[in-house]
Amino acid sequence: MQHVAIADQPDELHDPDTFITKYIWSQDHKVIAIQYGLTAIFVGLVALVLSGLMRLQLGFPDTFDFIDPNAYLQFVTMHGMIMVIYLLTALLLGGFGNYLIPLMIGARDMVFPYMNMLSYWTYLLSVIVLLASFFVPGGPTGAGWTLYPPQAILQGTPGYDWGIILMLASLAIFIVAFTMGGLNYVTTVLQARTRGMTLMRMPLTIWGIFTATVLGLLAFPALLVSAIMMMLDKVIGTSFFMPALVSLGENLDYTGGSPVLFQHLFWFFGHPEVYIVALPAFGMVSDVLATHARKNIFGYRMMVWAIVAIGGLSFIVWAHHMYVSGMHPAFGFFFATTTLIIAVPTALKVYNWVLTLWQGNIHLTVPMLFAIGFIFTFTHGGLTGLFLGNVTIDLPLSDTYFVVAHFHMVMGVSPIMVLFAAIYHWYPLMTGRMFNETLGKLHFWFTFLGTYAIYLPMHYLGFLGVPRRYFAMGSTDFIPESAVSLNASITVSALIVGVSQLFFLYNVFWSMRHGKKAEPNPWHATSLEWQTPDVPPHHGNWGPELPTVYRWAYDYSVPGAPEDYIPQNHPVSAEEGTAGEEEAHA
Amino acid sequence: MKLAIVLVLLVIGSVLFHFLSPWWFTPLASNWDTIDTTIDVTFWITGAVFIAVNLFMAYAVYRYRHNPKRRAHYEPENKKLEWWLTIITTVGVVAMLAPGLVVWADFVKVPEDADQVEVLGEQWQWSYRFPGEDGKLGAVDARWIGPDNPFGMAPDDPAGADDVLVRSNELHLPLDRPVKLLLRSRDVLHDFAVPQFRVKMDLVPGHVSYVWFTPTRTGKFDVLCMELCGIAHYAMRGYVVVDSNEDFQSWLGEQPTWSEIQGIPPGDAVAGQGQYATCAACHGAQGEGNEALNAPALAGLPDWYIARQLAHYRSGIRGAHPEDTYGQQMAPMANMLPDEQSVRNVTAYLDSLPAAAPASTLPGNPKAGASHYTTCGACHGAQAQGNYALQAPRLAGQQDWYLKRQLDNFRQGIRGSDQRDNYGHQMVLMARALQDEQSVNDLLAYLNTL
Repeated sequence: MQHVAIADQPDELHDPDTFITKYIWSQDHKVIAIQYGLTAIFVGLVALVLSGLMRLQLGFPDTFDFIDPNAYLQFVTMHGMIMVIYLLTALLLGGFGNYLIPLMIGARDMVFPYMNMLSYWTYLLSVIVLLASFFVPGGPTGAGWTLYPPQAILQGTPGYDWGIILMLASLAIFIVAFTMGGLNYVTTVLQARTRGMTLMRMPLTIWGIFTATVLGLLAFPALLVSAIMMMLDKVIGTSFFMPALVSLGENLDYTGGSPVLFQHLFWFFGHPEVYIVALPAFGMVSDVLATHARKNIFGYRMMVWAIVAIGGLSFIVWAHHMYVSGMHPAFGFFFATTTLIIAVPTALKVYNWVLTLWQGNIHLTVPMLFAIGFIFTFTHGGLTGLFLGNVTIDLPLSDTYFVVAHFHMVMGVSPIMVLFAAIYHWYPLMTGRMFNETLGKLHFWFTFLGTYAIYLPMHYLGFLGVPRRYFAMGSTDFIPESAVSLNASITVSALIVGVSQLFFLYNVFWSMRHGKKAEPNPWHATSLEWQTPDVPPHHGNWGPELPTVYRWAYDYSVPGAPEDYIPQNHPVSAEEGTAGEEEAHA
Repeated sequence: MKLAIVLVLLVIGSVLFHFLSPWWFTPLASNWDTIDTTIDVTFWITGAVFIAVNLFMAYAVYRYRHNPKRRAHYEPENKKLEWWLTIITTVGVVAMLAPGLVVWADFVKVPEDADQVEVLGEQWQWSYRFPGEDGKLGAVDARWIGPDNPFGMAPDDPAGADDVLVRSNELHLPLDRPVKLLLRSRDVLHDFAVPQFRVKMDLVPGHVSYVWFTPTRTGKFDVLCMELCGIAHYAMRGYVVVDSNEDFQSWLGEQPTWSEIQGIPPGDAVAGQGQYATCAACHGAQGEGNEALNAPALAGLPDWYIARQLAHYRSGIRGAHPEDTYGQQMAPMANMLPDEQSVRNVTAYLDSLPAAAPASTLPGNPKAGASHYTTCGACHGAQAQGNYALQAPRLAGQQDWYLKRQLDNFRQGIRGSDQRDNYGHQMVLMARALQDEQSVNDLLAYLNTL
């Protein structure tokens, strides 16, 4: 018998009928996606509040007694880790990966639905363990999101006892959850595509999510082993990362370990992690741009190969995070070269997005605003990466606010712009309702302009040489007074951006019940997820028969066609046979 | 339309911000002008791409805005255009990478005639070691580190005897001499960074890393730790003073060698008891302190802390600030001790007195104060017992009115703002975390329970 996700299903599906099987222990990829999404957005809000607290201290030092150096470092650490792992990774792959993969490739569900359900509940456990660290003696770890030993597990660092143990445990649990989800996504893409859905007909969203998941499956094990090794160093006194040292005057028993080894393992995971976040965003933004510009994505095949090339290269650039780590400096030649090579396929993607707009018929809908905003922020963040990747320039800029500004532009603001674009774009499909356009536009303008007001000036603090992870600047001979008022203005912008997310939250929850009923395919999109018999799609997605795919995902404005889009499951008619299909696959 | 205008304005605004803002690299003080050149090349290339891409996009958004009468152009790909873009991008990337790698080759290769100086990092202070007359640094190992041997000098290595040990956060270097800094850490990761020199490098425990440069202008420059090293990371500061060779040599001559440090005799408590008589008038016969005379408790304070404070009073680091009324009273008293040996004697005597348990004089809520103490405890210890390795004195048993005054003084820079006062400077930064009087009272109430 064929697998349920791959087979036509002339009999009724065994639909879940109780509340618990439908919404709690659900094995339906769409419900699991929403569970992942809501949990991720919830922890993301926690991390957003933490960033507000950090900014209060930086913008208005010597003002708030409840933010001391100890608490400040805890805010920094938890903000970073939550945003990168528990929000971005979880929402992009667990959320959008789950929702879109089966629908976009024409499958009924993931190929391992039960494991998919376990993946979510394991993820939820990792979140609970993580948040529990706020309530243990000593509070959460304040070692910085990179958790560098030896300080992460030694006295003198906030949460060096309970906090770091819970953090490491939570990461290990998260990786188990990710592995269960990730194996599902990869297998589903490879095995459960419907008739006619060749790899080179898949929407770029699927290419991005698929490649990112492969990266995750190869990269997360490096984090898992380093978490386990550090846990052993902490709990039973092994010395994987711990050399002989004297901590706060006390000679400890560690001997012979290497702190730099941890950094290699961490960044062997950590750099691909950047692309685990970026590639799904690249994919989704491509589809949003094409749909709302009513034009095929420019250079589809180049885009696919760029995703794959970036994914591959991302495994040989990790030590560009370590130019000043004390590793042998000769490594700098190799890693600077590979890092700057990765700029080429990345730049091509930017060109192709802009060229997709060129000669398009651009509808400036809310998702489109966010998508175009992404091109701007990503171009900015990508270009500053050329500073830091070039080993020589990294010397003065490493560990300054330039780094903070760079990675927030490139892997904070940019993927979040895409996430908003994607949420607005697929909202009608997920809820069957339209969101409020005015609130959506307000949300866009506050977020887009506000984040640029935060991060453009922040690069200049970095040029000045202001170090990151400092509770307060104190007095130095090179930081002028004006930098203090600059910090205050950054804080004000950050608070405005933070509060303006209420537009988004209100819109999402209000429109769920009160929004206008959505048409089945409101954006007139070509890809399969919009061609389901019901909107939102029911359990099993397709009714008795799976769709058949006849064309690529970008037949927008095909000359001679009656509409300005032709869905993927629309058979190729005799007269257009040469126009669309041939050209796309020539 | 609106979006296109905003995109154009953002591009113009970014360019204006760059030219009008006062924030840029601090003036260079080393040989690494080539790093600045590499940055300039990258800045102009990336700046041009930023402007070009975004203006093109803004034009596209405007020119191809939705028009129901028109259809988008259908063009899946354009091989020729894509090849050209690939080639141009590659050329741009090479133009940025090549100078970067050339400069990096200089950075990796240390000049053969470079002087060697060791930088030792520990939570949260800097120390330095010069090789001495034999030009060789003696062997060191973490297992030798102890209160009397902070550098961990190997006892059996003769090369170490003449090493010059600078147990201070201030490093002097001669002008125009290339120097190779050997970077070593006792505990966790640190990073030696001087913005004016452009170069920085991590200190890694169990490993010696290095960085080299040639100072090209005299002056005093901040050393900042730029790798997160715990709660007081932001207070781990130091100075590099670039001197003429002459001034440098005379400074170096004043620093003790390892064998000189080992020869210092310990204090004599019996002799110290006699010399303490003058102090007892205010501080009490048992060193218990006297609020009426504004004299803090001395019993219970570690000898090294009292010795440092006496030295600070004697050299005008403490008690010289015009607003430090009580410090000014103490300064002439400290000068009555004739020499270093008498200081050691007095502190040895005070060390032998039992710690006092003073009554609390301030209203405060110890429960609320406990959370404020978390940060303090990192250095002063969970039981406020103090920690020699961090040069943090015992706080338990000290009179609360005195601690409150000192916190005020630190916060206002009355104490600790002298650049020679490394630990006082850390306390200035730390004391500012607590602004509210109630918070301070709560904190001190908590201390009274320890």
